[in-house]
Amino acid sequence: MKFSLGKYLLPTYVTLTFLFLAIPIGYTFVFSFNDSIKSNIIWRGFTLDNWLNVCGQQEVCDAFVNSIIVAVSATLVSTVLGTMIAIALVRYRFKFRNATNLILFLPLATPEVVMGAGLAAQFLDFGWQKGLGTVIIAHTMFTLSFVVVTVKARVATLDPALEEAGRDLYANPVQVFWRITFPLLLPGILAAAMLAFALSFDDFIITQFNSGALDTFPKFVYTAAARGIPAEANVIGSFVFIVAIAIVMAVQIRSSIKQRRLAK
Amino acid sequence: MAFVALGGSAPEAVKQAPRKTGRVAMLLLLPGMAYLALFFLTPFVSLILTSLKQPDPSGVIGRYDFGFEIGNYVYAVSQYLPQILRSFSFALIATVIALAVSYPIAYFIAVKARNKPLLKGMLLTLVVAPFFISMLLRTFAWKQIFSNDSWIVNTLKDFGIFGADSYIIGTNFAVIFGLVYNFIPFMTLPIFSSLDRLDLRLVEAGADLYANPATTFRKITFPLSLPGVISGTLLTFIPISGDYVVASRDFLGGPETAMMGNVVEANFLRIQDYPTASALSVMLMAAIVVLVSAYVRKSGTEDLL
Repeated sequence: MKFSLGKYLLPTYVTLTFLFLAIPIGYTFVFSFNDSIKSNIIWRGFTLDNWLNVCGQQEVCDAFVNSIIVAVSATLVSTVLGTMIAIALVRYRFKFRNATNLILFLPLATPEVVMGAGLAAQFLDFGWQKGLGTVIIAHTMFTLSFVVVTVKARVATLDPALEEAGRDLYANPVQVFWRITFPLLLPGILAAAMLAFALSFDDFIITQFNSGALDTFPKFVYTAAARGIPAEANVIGSFVFIVAIAIVMAVQIRSSIKQRRLAK
Repeated sequence: MAFVALGGSAPEAVKQAPRKTGRVAMLLLLPGMAYLALFFLTPFVSLILTSLKQPDPSGVIGRYDFGFEIGNYVYAVSQYLPQILRSFSFALIATVIALAVSYPIAYFIAVKARNKPLLKGMLLTLVVAPFFISMLLRTFAWKQIFSNDSWIVNTLKDFGIFGADSYIIGTNFAVIFGLVYNFIPFMTLPIFSSLDRLDLRLVEAGADLYANPATTFRKITFPLSLPGVISGTLLTFIPISGDYVVASRDFLGGPETAMMGNVVEANFLRIQDYPTASALSVMLMAAIVVLVSAYVRKSGTEDLL
């Protein structure tokens, strides 16, 4: 058997790159346990205090709660609006199809700073006070296209024969939607909602332009960076990370069990 | 679905019945599209109008009147040319490096791990894992790791690679490094999704016809992954060109690394020079539109989403 370098080269490279990707995550996690005084820069020893008393830094907690409120509101609105658009795009014929596709695509291709400044300029012209409301408006806007893309992929996998069967059995259109279409689309809708939530929760640039005095978690981190980020911020970052990874793993395990069952 | 591919292998699309026409379509489209018209499209009008405003005679900071002041653009370019050029050159360099780093990862997950669903799922989770922790916290972590008294910098000094007063934070290297790091997942996922659909029999056919692996890659694998490469490139280049977190002085940048985003932020949010900030934003968007329309002309609008 001939020894081939190529056989090991790629796996080694992939492993090293994944380790590299994980470095800042590990760093954030480790320093969430740092017995820091004010700025969380030098390692001073292990403590659980930051985890047990996250709201010791009131501002971190408030910013986190604001982020959750914004993400939940924006996700609800953009998921409903985006799902409707996705169904229309796959199922219906209408005029201005190209224009619709283009308008939906543009937010994905616009730098955040442009969307943020544009919306802020509009709020300024309208004389709207920036705050919680304007942030929710902004987040709904930039997550909408992501919802459409995600749900659209799911609608395209839906067999129209199933809905036809429903109609043949005298279900009215509303019944067909809620009993057949919606349950079949649900995995796609949930995936889209999770994506919208994650994008909204992590957004910084658009938020900074449209939040006024309101603090969200990323905005808190940005402002705090000048003097050092408190360990409590690392706690919240790590906590969100663990929850998100747990959800992703659960979804994956569930779908792999399902696949195995189908294979039998 | 060419533009945003969020990993995983979706079930196959089925043949759809012929599309219906009807009022239902309008009812489904109207609320969402009206929302985008009001909060995505008209802000561009505001942005352009603001970029042409002139200072209010009262002289109050942050007060401007509607006008047609083309001079704002001249001022923005003459004042911030280095930052404008830096934005695009940083974005270009970081995109090229991210492509080189990401392609082998995408290839490994899509081709080498193709028949191992569990491994594939795990690797994809690892690719997107950085998304789940705030981008700002990750960038700040790199700042700490590369800071002046850090283990890395001290080691480099001990070995004599670095002079006594050398530093990493605030250099072009640090900013490009941070940008590449943040955008590797955005590059990897679309390439993965292209390679995932690659028919391996075509690669075998290349080998059967006596092409060596390099030729097979150049003539078969890479051209077939091109849609993913283009998507990944746009998904990386566009956000980087407007980014201002990595290049900020509080993160990996310094006084000499400011990009367009930093200038827009400073003008809009700190010194309230809205016209200059808007003029810069309009120019950035114009550049992106040129780039994207070249892409649209190649692939058509149906493939965008």
